[in-house]
Amino acid sequence: MADARSVAYVRTQAAPVLPPPALSDGALGWLRANLFSGPFSAIFTVLAVAFIAWVAPGLIRYLFIDAVWTANDGASCRSPEVGACWAYIGQKLPFFMYGSYPREWVWRVNMTLVVGAALIVWLLAPKAPAKQIGAFLFFVVYPLLGFILLSGWEKIGLPKIDTDVWGGVFVSLLVSAVGIVVSLPGGVLLAMGRRSTLPVVRIASVIFIEFVRGVPLITVLFMANFMLPLFLPENWTPDRLLRPLVGVSLFASAYMAEVVRGGLQAMPKGQFEGAMALGLGYGRLMRLVVLPQALTKVIPGIVNTFIGLFKDTTLVAVVGIYDFLRAVDTARLDPVWAGPNISTTGYIFAALFYFIFCFGMSRYSQYMERSLAKDRLR
Amino acid sequence: MSGRAVDLPPVAKISPFYDPRVRGFVYQGLLVLALGILIYGAASNAIANMQARNIPTNFDFWNKTSGFDINFTLIPYSAQSTFGDAFWVGLLNTLLVAAIGVFFATILGFIVGVARLSPNWIVARMATIYVESLRNVPLLLQLLFWYNAILKPLPGVRDSIVIPGLSGKPFAFLNNRGLVLPQPVFGAEFDLVLAAFGLACLLAAGFWFYARKIQRETGRRLPSGWAGLALVIGLPAIAYFAAGSPLTLDYPVLRGFNFSGGARVLPELVALLLGLILYTATFIAEIVRAGIQSVARGQSEAALALGLSGGQVLRLVVIPQAMRVITPPLTNQFLNLTKNSTLAVFIGYPDLVQVFAGSVLNITGAAVQIIAVTMAVYLVISLLTSLAMSFYMRLTATVER
Repeated sequence: MADARSVAYVRTQAAPVLPPPALSDGALGWLRANLFSGPFSAIFTVLAVAFIAWVAPGLIRYLFIDAVWTANDGASCRSPEVGACWAYIGQKLPFFMYGSYPREWVWRVNMTLVVGAALIVWLLAPKAPAKQIGAFLFFVVYPLLGFILLSGWEKIGLPKIDTDVWGGVFVSLLVSAVGIVVSLPGGVLLAMGRRSTLPVVRIASVIFIEFVRGVPLITVLFMANFMLPLFLPENWTPDRLLRPLVGVSLFASAYMAEVVRGGLQAMPKGQFEGAMALGLGYGRLMRLVVLPQALTKVIPGIVNTFIGLFKDTTLVAVVGIYDFLRAVDTARLDPVWAGPNISTTGYIFAALFYFIFCFGMSRYSQYMERSLAKDRLR
Repeated sequence: MSGRAVDLPPVAKISPFYDPRVRGFVYQGLLVLALGILIYGAASNAIANMQARNIPTNFDFWNKTSGFDINFTLIPYSAQSTFGDAFWVGLLNTLLVAAIGVFFATILGFIVGVARLSPNWIVARMATIYVESLRNVPLLLQLLFWYNAILKPLPGVRDSIVIPGLSGKPFAFLNNRGLVLPQPVFGAEFDLVLAAFGLACLLAAGFWFYARKIQRETGRRLPSGWAGLALVIGLPAIAYFAAGSPLTLDYPVLRGFNFSGGARVLPELVALLLGLILYTATFIAEIVRAGIQSVARGQSEAALALGLSGGQVLRLVVIPQAMRVITPPLTNQFLNLTKNSTLAVFIGYPDLVQVFAGSVLNITGAAVQIIAVTMAVYLVISLLTSLAMSFYMRLTATVER
């Protein structure tokens, strides 16, 4: 290896000069660079355009041009020529929203949803004031208020409404909201337990987290549904809706714990040492110094866990809860409407609903990720 | 700190109340006590409740006759088989779905992940639309869509959609009871083809080692990839024709209301696989994209400057480094796919949860034992996968100076 010339794989002559690039700007230049940069690229472009030309017209016809916008029953939607049956969605919208919740009391559901939405906006908006108060209201006051409003309290004139008739979008949102409200503090506690120096605390947290993360949500729901009543004294029968809520909360807490642990591990040691040097005990060290920074760091991860949780709420149907998807899947069997177009329309509508929520949340998480990164750039 | 004696004030003896070690012991003792009370209470309640409701508390049901049939089994099973056999049927069906799903989801995910980074604008855009639309819609909704909106409205058996074969003879049939495919029938001489395949693999591996040695000594590259491919395909092909084509296809024929011959793929299995593959592939695509982007630009620039071709840069420099980032989340997705296959219970594919935690639980009522066994199966799968993963990570870890 003394002389580069003696090695077989080193070039001994200069490479030939390449011709100058043909076109590099303007519309033609853009086309050339982005769509026809080589033979393979050109083939892919042609294939992709052909695919779009094959799919898009049929899709647009099905969704808009051939769609049925007004109808009183499924008769006009059953012919194979027509497209999506939006009239059916309009008719069934109250059922999709509230399940069989008594119509005269639906304002209670609406009020719960509006208050919850307002609090969430307060918490998530980057520059909102007094977030501690917002967090207290959301995590402590709101669950109580929601419980009183939804299930009723005779003393203030709200009749009790059994959870058997709850259903639709509102149950989906309820399950996710409970999951969020429980999993954040639960996840923080479990993550702190996993990072603890006390072996028993650490081992207990690790076993819980790894166990729950290792099994499918459906089995956790089965466990909550079949085994929870067995584990409690004989005369306690937990509410039908409460059991999956317990299951979903445990499940979400374990996943949240791993996200929070990521944030705790990313904290520089100096933060702990500095806080200890100031004489803070473990509780104040965590509450005032470590957690605020660690949680801010993992906001994108937390939001991603929420997205997963929101999609997973569809599984509560397995233990007989009428969430939004189950309402859609039941309504399509209504003999007044039933037909192949009805099934497809219902699923498309449900897909749009979930897409808007999940896509919105993932955009928020990306936005937070960027603005947090901006923070770190000076 | 030591070395020079300084006159420090004597350290005051800490009261045990403020001693962190004493406190640690107290906290842990309290936790053990609380957990013990919780577990003891739950267990004693469970035993009392189960006895009061006549629920079995042991595994005696395992060897009893099940009395129900399963419409898709990989091992012999009938209504006379035991509940234990039903467990194995369910487990094998779950593993089948997981294996097929993991295989195709990985391929599709890699293709889409690379496509998202393509310089071709329209290809990258289409890949993005696919990923963003499917991963933001719950898997269960997708499964129901494939099953109830696409596969169920297909025509009945007698009006099956015919997929013609090369010889003009009907090759496969698609109807609302599934996909009927020709079944391969292996002749006795097929072993010869398998032996030829094994030999070709050995030869290809030998040639690969030889080519590597030559390259290290002289820098000359032998076409080991193409030669290996030619060996692995060519040798079994020669053996196949030499042995007189020992593989025949048993074509399905419509007789009366059903097909005779051929093999039927259940619509439930098709829907489950479609949903799982398309959904998991979006997550794998994101992992692959992030993995490739994590390789510093300087790496591929340096490789190009060394004179490697575009394909070589990808194969020798970018992918080996990206794989190290991709592998851990990728195995996570494999586990997710396996766990998500439990959604089979919603469309009636007989997987472990549907057969064991569904039918068997409803008949025997042994909820605690059955759910514990079901969870244990998934835990063991997770554990084995993460062990294999950490072994692989140790193999490919960077050697740091």
